[in-house]
Amino acid sequence: MSEPQESTEIQFKAASLDVEHYLHFYQQMAKIRHFEEKVNELYTGALMPGLAHLYIGQEAVAVGVCEALNSDDYITSTHRGHGHCLAKGASVDRMFAELLGKAPGYCRGKGGSMHIADQETGNLGANAIVGGSAGIATGAALSAKKMETGKVAICFFGEGALGQGIIYEVMNIAQLWKLPVIYVCENNLYNEYTHYRETTAGDLSARAKGFGIYSEVVDGQDVRKVYETALRLVKRARQGEGPGFLLCNTYRYRGHHVGDIDRSYYRSKEEELEWQTQRDPLKILAEWLLEKGLTEQAVLDQIDQEAQNEIESGADYATKAPYPEQSEVDLHVYA
Amino acid sequence: MSMLSTATREITYGEAIREALAEEMRHDPRVFILGEDVAEAGTPFKVLSGLVEEFGPERVMDTPISEAGITGISVGAAMTGMRPVVDIMFGDFITLAMDQMVNQAAKVHYMSGGKLRVPMVMRTTLGATRRSAAQHSQSLHALFSHIPGLKVAVPSTPYDAKGLLKTAIRDDNPVAFFEDKMMYKLKGPVPMEEYTIPFGVADLKRKGDDITIVATSSMVHVAMGAAKMLEEIGISAEVVDPRTTFPLDKQALIDSTKKTSRALVVDEGYERYGVTAEIAAVIADGAFYYLDAPVKRMGAMDVPIPFSPALEDLTVPTETSVFEMAKTLCGRA
Repeated sequence: MSEPQESTEIQFKAASLDVEHYLHFYQQMAKIRHFEEKVNELYTGALMPGLAHLYIGQEAVAVGVCEALNSDDYITSTHRGHGHCLAKGASVDRMFAELLGKAPGYCRGKGGSMHIADQETGNLGANAIVGGSAGIATGAALSAKKMETGKVAICFFGEGALGQGIIYEVMNIAQLWKLPVIYVCENNLYNEYTHYRETTAGDLSARAKGFGIYSEVVDGQDVRKVYETALRLVKRARQGEGPGFLLCNTYRYRGHHVGDIDRSYYRSKEEELEWQTQRDPLKILAEWLLEKGLTEQAVLDQIDQEAQNEIESGADYATKAPYPEQSEVDLHVYA
Repeated sequence: MSMLSTATREITYGEAIREALAEEMRHDPRVFILGEDVAEAGTPFKVLSGLVEEFGPERVMDTPISEAGITGISVGAAMTGMRPVVDIMFGDFITLAMDQMVNQAAKVHYMSGGKLRVPMVMRTTLGATRRSAAQHSQSLHALFSHIPGLKVAVPSTPYDAKGLLKTAIRDDNPVAFFEDKMMYKLKGPVPMEEYTIPFGVADLKRKGDDITIVATSSMVHVAMGAAKMLEEIGISAEVVDPRTTFPLDKQALIDSTKKTSRALVVDEGYERYGVTAEIAAVIADGAFYYLDAPVKRMGAMDVPIPFSPALEDLTVPTETSVFEMAKTLCGRA
């Protein structure tokens, strides 16, 4: 099997540390932040059916990792997946349409918040089974290796998925077969309403190391660090050096889902406040950019405003969009 | 019955499976096999013997003992351009891969609004009386037949096995393919030339007038034996084999029952909530005004399959028990 060539796009990214690049990170994170705020608003306003698991606080992980990818690389996502989808290039209007169960949604309204898939951006789907997409991501990496496409697959999952056996089955196989897959574990500290230390014995990244998988741990609130680390792991995988495991330490600002309001029985307000004020991914990047004199507050404000406008118009589009025809209910059961 | 008019030869059920795989792998470089001991070992049943020699270890891939993992990997590979055939050694082990089949493979196409496809085949086995006890003897095809998004094939002859497996591999949907492990050595005529058999088309295994016996997989042969016994007492039994439990050829089952006015459904899965229940309901609904007797069904006894031969043989319908039930249905004491 010939060694896949590194694409020029990645070479450019690796060399590029210019300000435009970082402003783009900021823009992507702001977009996710505003998207999720809007989801919260729609949901609490009874305009969005179902469940909503917000990604607020974890934006640097999705953006840092997806910025290290090519547009045709694969990702699989989770129930808390809006950030991954947007970071991989999904459009806001079709995302909102899907969340509201509308016809122009990415899945024609059949998937909803927890199942957004978008072939065109390499998104093989969010998954509502914890750990459920580990096989899919690993299988996509197997395809990439067999077909010699040079693509890599990213498997996003939360630390809660470390309780699922399939993760270990496929990590073992990925290492045996040297598959170009990177397991990105977002440790946001809570498996739903339970601190991960109550559910997870031992060292988190030691699990992957046990299989001999190349592993790194990164501050998941610092998008630059996530990006640089992800780029290293992606490069290795693309060059045929095998899978990687990236543990990102992060924090879920909100509840497990929008309705999870009273969280006092599992974590303190002080803890939440500390992450929000001291370790916010947008603030960390903004402060760094300003400190280095790479940009001005007015530029960041403008990016933020543009992101907000995009979100408002996307939500407006989705709200006005039609529901699917009833005749669609048994369409697409079989190909 | 539906044999093509070409030259045939006698091969075993296992050889028919192997031929189907080899032919499809020659045609389509996207097709590959993965599973436990599928390569040099050729599976414990030796069904895949010789394939790794022809296609190499890249296309006949030995895996760790990880049913969920290899099924999940198959789903992902299928979604991204390959056509995996995953081998699950014993049908009992499909339970280890349930989430990957039921929540992933079966739903990806629908959940993505028709954008993503999962063209994969899970080959596995069914059938008791091999003295393998409760965890190596079950016939669990009803579990997958229950799930929208999956197709399920249960071939009963070498001819059907080959034609249906080729169709399964070419299908753009996840297909569960159940092979009766007691049948691997069974011989039957198979054309020299390539052919496929469409899903959802029942096969008339025996023509008759007095009673329809709908039988699947291993039970087709039991039904054929019973039909012979019935013939000796002047009862003409028709044996219909649906060949796929989904899609199900409802019309063929209904039409046959309308003609004979009696139906008995025999399947080796557990009788409770089983394939027989679904088929009996289809017949009762579609042929109600033609029935001279209630639709009866016979499945595996609702017990974990026991090890002792003296006990195990009691749990599965036999030629004699099917004969007796059919005789009773026909009003003969």
